[in-house]
Amino acid sequence: MAGKTLYDKLWDAHLVEQRDDGSALIYIDRHVVHEVTSPQAFEGLRLAGRKPWRVDSVIATPDHNVPTTSAERASGVEGIEDRVSRIQVQTLDDNCDEFGIVEFKINDRRQGIVHVVGPETGACLPGMTVVCGDSHTSTNGALGALAHGIGTSEVEHVLATQCLVAKKMKNLLIKVDGQLGEGVTPKDVVLHICGVIGTAGGTGFAIEFGGQVFRDMSMEGRLTVCNMAIEAGARAGMVAVDETTLSYVQGRTYAPVGAEWDAAVANWADLHTDTDAVFDKVVEINGTDIKPQVSWGTSPEMVLPVDALVPNPDEESDPVKREGITRALEYMGLTAGQKITDIYVDRVFVGSCTNSRIEDLRAAADVVKGKQVAASVKQALIVPGSGEVKIQAEEEGLDKIFIEAGLEWREPGCSMCLAMNADKLGDGEHCASTSNRNFEGRQGYGGRTHLVSPAMAAAAAIAGHFVDVREL
Amino acid sequence: MKSFTRLTGLAAPMDRANVDTDLIIPKQFLKSIKRSGFGPNLFDELRYLDEGQPDQDNSGRPLNEEFPLNFFRYKGAQILLTRENFGCGSSREHAPWALDDYGFRAVIAPSFADIFFNNSFKNGLLPIVLSDEIVDQLFAEMYASEGYELSVDLESQAVMTPSGQVFKFEIDEFRKQCLLNGFDDIGLTLQNTDAIKTYEARRRQETPWLFDVVK
Repeated sequence: MAGKTLYDKLWDAHLVEQRDDGSALIYIDRHVVHEVTSPQAFEGLRLAGRKPWRVDSVIATPDHNVPTTSAERASGVEGIEDRVSRIQVQTLDDNCDEFGIVEFKINDRRQGIVHVVGPETGACLPGMTVVCGDSHTSTNGALGALAHGIGTSEVEHVLATQCLVAKKMKNLLIKVDGQLGEGVTPKDVVLHICGVIGTAGGTGFAIEFGGQVFRDMSMEGRLTVCNMAIEAGARAGMVAVDETTLSYVQGRTYAPVGAEWDAAVANWADLHTDTDAVFDKVVEINGTDIKPQVSWGTSPEMVLPVDALVPNPDEESDPVKREGITRALEYMGLTAGQKITDIYVDRVFVGSCTNSRIEDLRAAADVVKGKQVAASVKQALIVPGSGEVKIQAEEEGLDKIFIEAGLEWREPGCSMCLAMNADKLGDGEHCASTSNRNFEGRQGYGGRTHLVSPAMAAAAAIAGHFVDVREL
Repeated sequence: MKSFTRLTGLAAPMDRANVDTDLIIPKQFLKSIKRSGFGPNLFDELRYLDEGQPDQDNSGRPLNEEFPLNFFRYKGAQILLTRENFGCGSSREHAPWALDDYGFRAVIAPSFADIFFNNSFKNGLLPIVLSDEIVDQLFAEMYASEGYELSVDLESQAVMTPSGQVFKFEIDEFRKQCLLNGFDDIGLTLQNTDAIKTYEARRRQETPWLFDVVK
């Protein structure tokens, strides 16, 4: 019998019941909750007279709607100026209080973006099943966990039963070997992957990221990569557990300690794909060839190396794709054949569940240190992913570097990634953004998003247009 | 849960690939704490010429007359015909809620994004996968004939065109039965309470750290 993949092992360990019709009941270890996708689920529980099955498996924190200026944050929930956002954050507080769920409230130092907070606190651990009403839950797969987004009906289902009805996905290995060049980051790797396999390339699959590049990658880099598995169509992305994983997890607030730690480490030693396991599909990429990436269109697959030219729709033979390129160029206000480095940016955003961890902020600070944001740039935001990240960055003096260079240092939250709060793009504005989605209107009505790494975003802030960080 | 058995309804086009959930229902409407009322803001950025706000009266907003759902001939459509990878992007269930609230009961496409596909079933909205060639044919027939209606029968897993041509589609048996019967799937899962408790007890022994209380 062939060996098992990491995904096979995680699936098997959480299987409560396999049914004849192909569906299965899967047990959920950790349920992370935020304010946007949970109110209707709690309301459903109330209407049916149900209680959470295992309330201590749930953690919550508000992130999408929270303001990020210290002035608006000063008086907590009451201080949120947007009435609709305030009600949503207040509703999360009320629901967590009513059902007894641990919540890191708006000004708690542990508050932050759900997918930053989960790994950082140790609430999400190797070997777990993790769900959240948010597609970027795939982030947690970097720990060697099975983690994916769910809808609100499933949020209610997991609250009530601790289980999900699921069907096993297929196995996809994305193997990136070789060594990344100077200035090429995990974000560039995952953007490149989106460009290679397409935004539907991983649909129906759980992705394992394997190969030398991921073995060499830091934990925070792996979190960035798994975060964007969904941008390649896969609900779940994951990386095998190794020494990097263990040293990241050990000592975190909710990580096991003492004899329990030893038992956990022994258990986690099996969280890798067996050498004789067979994947349904394998994609091999040479990491040495990857360059810093910039997205030019309105889908994460519309991405190119920084030294490339904006594509010409006339060169695309598939009519649906040609139409897509034409529409994207029009929306983005770009011309076929234009140099990527000739695209000017109005705003810069370093943050989001993709790139708001300490290593991301250090990378951005390295680039802007001692320089000034270009006069043509209206705003450059640095938004740490959590209160803990913010405190650490301030201890390292990163906040001062940013402020001296003319960037804004903000409070933790989702911020400009999705414009559910006050941080938005104006109509027609171009943004160098470290977030994960460049969909039409995503960062604000008519906004034009270019997805890049933190170093590339910082470099664009200084130059006023995209530049190749390798040439700095 | 809302059931779905059969339907004959007007088809309308959303003729592009990779329609993402931000396009289906933009982020500002996700601030609602309700499940209903998203219909007027379905495809908001394409349907109107201005930027929509939550809690707004949409009746006076300028319509984009070039957007097909605003054409008189597609008024009252219940079946959305679209292209590959429909519903990609976020996990927001507001996307099927908005389609349902608008009046759509089924979406036909060559492929769907996983989370959207899954969410649709929870809301009595049937996502139907048909091949590229068949979807091309349906688009052509729909454009050529005003009042183009399709019939969908879930029991026999078939879509029928006005000329009587029948196309079969695949669907998981569990999802089919839930949809046909409008089962409350939480109630169904809770019938397995003993199995869940047995599993939980074993895992507490084997992997106690998974059950450490978060404070």
